[in-house]
Amino acid sequence: MRRGRALRILLAVGLGFLWAPILLLVGYAFSADRIPFQWGGFSLRWFAALAANDRLVEAAILSVRIAAGAATLAVLLGGAAGWALARFGPFRGRALFGALIGAPLVLPEVVTGLSLLLLFVALEGATGWPAGRGATTVLLAHATLGAAFVAVVVQARLAGSDRSLEEAAMDLGATPFVAFRTVTLPLMAPALAAGWLLAFTLSLDDVVIASFVSGPSGTTLPIALFSMLRLGLTPEVNALGAVIVLGVGGMLGLAALLLRPRAG
Amino acid sequence: MKARLAVLAPAWAWLLLFVAAPAGILAAIAFAEADPGIPPFRLALSGIGFATLAEDTYYLEAFGTALRVAGITAGLCLLLGYPMAMAIARARPGRRVLLLALLMLPFWTGFLLRVGAWIGLLRDQGWINGVLLALGMTEAPLHLLYTEGAMLAGMVHAYLPFAVLPLFAALVRLDPTLVEAAEDLGARPAVAFLTVTLPVTAPAAAAAFLLVFIPAAGEFVIPELMGPPEAQLVGRVLWQEFFQNRDWPVAAALAVVLLVLLLAPIRLFQRLEARP
Repeated sequence: MRRGRALRILLAVGLGFLWAPILLLVGYAFSADRIPFQWGGFSLRWFAALAANDRLVEAAILSVRIAAGAATLAVLLGGAAGWALARFGPFRGRALFGALIGAPLVLPEVVTGLSLLLLFVALEGATGWPAGRGATTVLLAHATLGAAFVAVVVQARLAGSDRSLEEAAMDLGATPFVAFRTVTLPLMAPALAAGWLLAFTLSLDDVVIASFVSGPSGTTLPIALFSMLRLGLTPEVNALGAVIVLGVGGMLGLAALLLRPRAG
Repeated sequence: MKARLAVLAPAWAWLLLFVAAPAGILAAIAFAEADPGIPPFRLALSGIGFATLAEDTYYLEAFGTALRVAGITAGLCLLLGYPMAMAIARARPGRRVLLLALLMLPFWTGFLLRVGAWIGLLRDQGWINGVLLALGMTEAPLHLLYTEGAMLAGMVHAYLPFAVLPLFAALVRLDPTLVEAAEDLGARPAVAFLTVTLPVTAPAAAAAFLLVFIPAAGEFVIPELMGPPEAQLVGRVLWQEFFQNRDWPVAAALAVVLLVLLLAPIRLFQRLEARP
């Protein structure tokens, strides 16, 4: 199977291309050298420097708070929208509803960011709210973006089963609310959890939309990191990369360990 | 019925306020006049923003560069992603999960950190130049960063996993007996690939191409941090018009034209996705 080997080599090349920059970024986080990506002996000094960098630490805390709020709103909104699209049949304006909820998936980030900023400026001009831009406007923008992803995940999950489950519950005497709580909601739950995580990650990773809709009080971690990278690389970026990669890797490893099928 | 309304009404309100209204305001400002006030425009049906775009070849080139760079990025992702997807689809099911995890994990490590890693590798005092100098393969550091090649490496790195996923989904569903039948009938593996595998997975390949092309066409961060100064993609020009020149009508007009240009690819992508 020469063909199989060629494919495996190409896969290894592709995965190597994806991983090499990340592994080097993490490895050189432990270098004492002042120049990033130069080895100057093992040291944890850049982790200490990162922890002492108030600007980055504050930005990271703000980012996590915005991401958690946006993901929660996105799950409520996207969950409702995905449920409606999967289960409500042909309601009035369904096509427009689907196009609006899905629009952030296909629009370029610069277009989403610019149009939301123009909305916030127009709203403030007309009603006085939101007074200036910052964490709140970033949260609203990220909730809208996240809801698009949650709706897709929830709709796909519910499409895997039909309405007969809820109908059976109601035939057995459940009220629509009880049928929703005991049948539909448990069915949606994995999609809601996955959607929350996806929306949380998207919010934590977004720099373009946040840069448009943010203000002086809303410096998220990506915004701070972007302005750092514009000026040049510092070893603190390596340290931050190591914290995030090892943190995410550790959490996923733990999840895999907890979820692994038990032997026997 | 009342319960349905209680679910739909807040969702409708949110979508009309945060998706539909911004699109309308964007279109209105694209037609407005620039004005030195705050905010820097005056509502009118002037179309001066679009006229500016049409008059200055700088903007035309920005669209051309963006579409070209997005096309090259998507093409490279397809070329590298297709064999990767094929190798993953042929792996044992247990191994597949691990390989897919290895493919998607870089996405979870943060977009800007990956760009930062590339800057660390490619800049004049970077890792690659350090290795080349130590090996005596170059006398002076090579200028790798702020080139079109650096920008493309960064873009392919960012988008490659998204191209592999739809290809993998199609290849794993491909009935292996089809390929076996072709080979039993005397087709060489290359012929079987070209006449069976490739045509069957062509829609997925088109979807993978568009999944990269559509966001790449509006890309701002990678050209800004890794590309050459002359790589003025439309995303970058829009940003400069808005934040540096404070020309809101021109920025909004750029966004509207970009959207119109992407409508056909977006529609095509949605039709490919909706296929059974």
